[in-house]
Amino acid sequence: MRTLPLVPELVRQLFRRPATNRFPAKYLPPSIRVFLREVQAGRAAANPPVPTPPKFRGKIAYDRDSCIGCTLCVKVCPAHAIEFIPDTKKIRVWVDQCIFCSQCTSICPKSCLSMTDAFLLAGEDRYAEELIVE
Amino acid sequence: MSGEAKKAPYRVPIGPNHPALKEPVMFTFEMEGEVVKDVDFAPGQAHRGIEWMGMRRNPVQIVHLTDRICGICGVVHSLSFSLAVEQIAGIEVPERADYIRAIVHEFERIQSHLLWAGVAAHELGFDSLLHLTWRVREEAMDVIENLTGNRVNYGIVQVGGVRRDIVPEQHPVIEKCLATYEGLLDTLLSFFLDDRTIQMRCRDVGVLSRRDALELCTVGPTARASGVNVDLRQDYPYAAYGDLDVKAILPERHLGETHGDVYDRIVVRLLEVGQSCQIIRQCLSEMPAGPVTAEEKLVKLLATCKKATGEGIGRVEAPRGECLHYVRMEGKDSPASWKVKASSYSNLMSWIPMLRGSQIADIPIIVASIDPCLSCTDRVAIVQDNRRSILSKDDLHRLSVEKTRRLQG
Repeated sequence: MRTLPLVPELVRQLFRRPATNRFPAKYLPPSIRVFLREVQAGRAAANPPVPTPPKFRGKIAYDRDSCIGCTLCVKVCPAHAIEFIPDTKKIRVWVDQCIFCSQCTSICPKSCLSMTDAFLLAGEDRYAEELIVE
Repeated sequence: MSGEAKKAPYRVPIGPNHPALKEPVMFTFEMEGEVVKDVDFAPGQAHRGIEWMGMRRNPVQIVHLTDRICGICGVVHSLSFSLAVEQIAGIEVPERADYIRAIVHEFERIQSHLLWAGVAAHELGFDSLLHLTWRVREEAMDVIENLTGNRVNYGIVQVGGVRRDIVPEQHPVIEKCLATYEGLLDTLLSFFLDDRTIQMRCRDVGVLSRRDALELCTVGPTARASGVNVDLRQDYPYAAYGDLDVKAILPERHLGETHGDVYDRIVVRLLEVGQSCQIIRQCLSEMPAGPVTAEEKLVKLLATCKKATGEGIGRVEAPRGECLHYVRMEGKDSPASWKVKASSYSNLMSWIPMLRGSQIADIPIIVASIDPCLSCTDRVAIVQDNRRSILSKDDLHRLSVEKTRRLQG
């Protein structure tokens, strides 16, 4: 019996590439928000994130024109994230409440709801414009 | 301080929040020196009212709510809830869906057991092993992500079947992951079982005798490590397990003896990772072609569920043991009653015989050894006028007698 079977593996680890993908930057910037704003403005380069898998369930996309206002999506949304607006007979999706289950996209008879690849949705204002889909 | 107060036993409270505990639970230890004389615990610090939320939603919505009861066993709760609803509504699940359910279920077991093994190593102060196991665990997470679309909160199970098929292009991804684990298993077993430090810290620590395990109705790997031959997949097969070859993993079959200690729990969990790989392989080769859901039109499914009346029980072998969902439907959109009994609920009581007589430094590893999941477990909290109260058996008896009197008029 070996007493410390992990030691050879630990030595090997020293010469391997780290498994962690350093996103968004190799070293933690003083402020992530400032850094991301710089990236958006094109002044800094971000380390790319791990690619999303096929059929990933990210931020919802809504094709307003083909929506017929049947409210089926409102009925199946577990998080009550979809609001029906009777005046326009269209819906409004509150992404801050969305749990990304994709149930509304499955039930939609006109396929006007779909899931995108967007996942960087964290923010401080839950009523921010990019977190309301309508 | 007077001499009186210094006398043993000392009371040491640990929790509700403590670095040694991963989730909130309150322990009170009676210590004599370094030795635990007696222990009491009070769960109920993580109650979230999930059942209350469920009773205001329809089954299609609840399935996604059940995903969020626990972050680790996502498929377990949704599968067990779906089984209960299918039982009530008389929905026959297609065979292919049963196999896909089993595959995702087993991948979940792999990642859950590896996560636990890492936590166990961390509780022993062996952080390099923690990082190694968790890196290895990522392989299973990646496959789950590929199959279901997300790393956690899979949302693959729906009442009547599954929401996504496993296409031929995904077979090589699964195959690669299984090959990695089968190649790694012996190494992992040697890292955990041959290590002198782990042997010294885990052998004959936190012993749960077979008798105690039976009397306390312990379930899952905790029971199996004490030599109790229970596994729902073998005893009461659900999904595709009736066709599959599943035998409960018991320590004496592999080590020749059962101690019922923390070491045995490591053995059982690690060997179950290998077993899960075999089950997935068998599922992939025997999976029949066909539809993956009994009812593709969700509107029709909702109507079927709405018409259903009766009660149903879904039982599933979660990575931590048996998980039970009780559902009662009375011809309305939402169920009239929904009760979740997570596996940790059955296992918590086994802490008391395990911890009695152990040393204070062994508390973290013993507490972690049953793989407690308290967010799953906490279902009842009585809060009245901002005061919490606990109803004892006598109180409940009194309330019951009072109600009978009231009904009699």
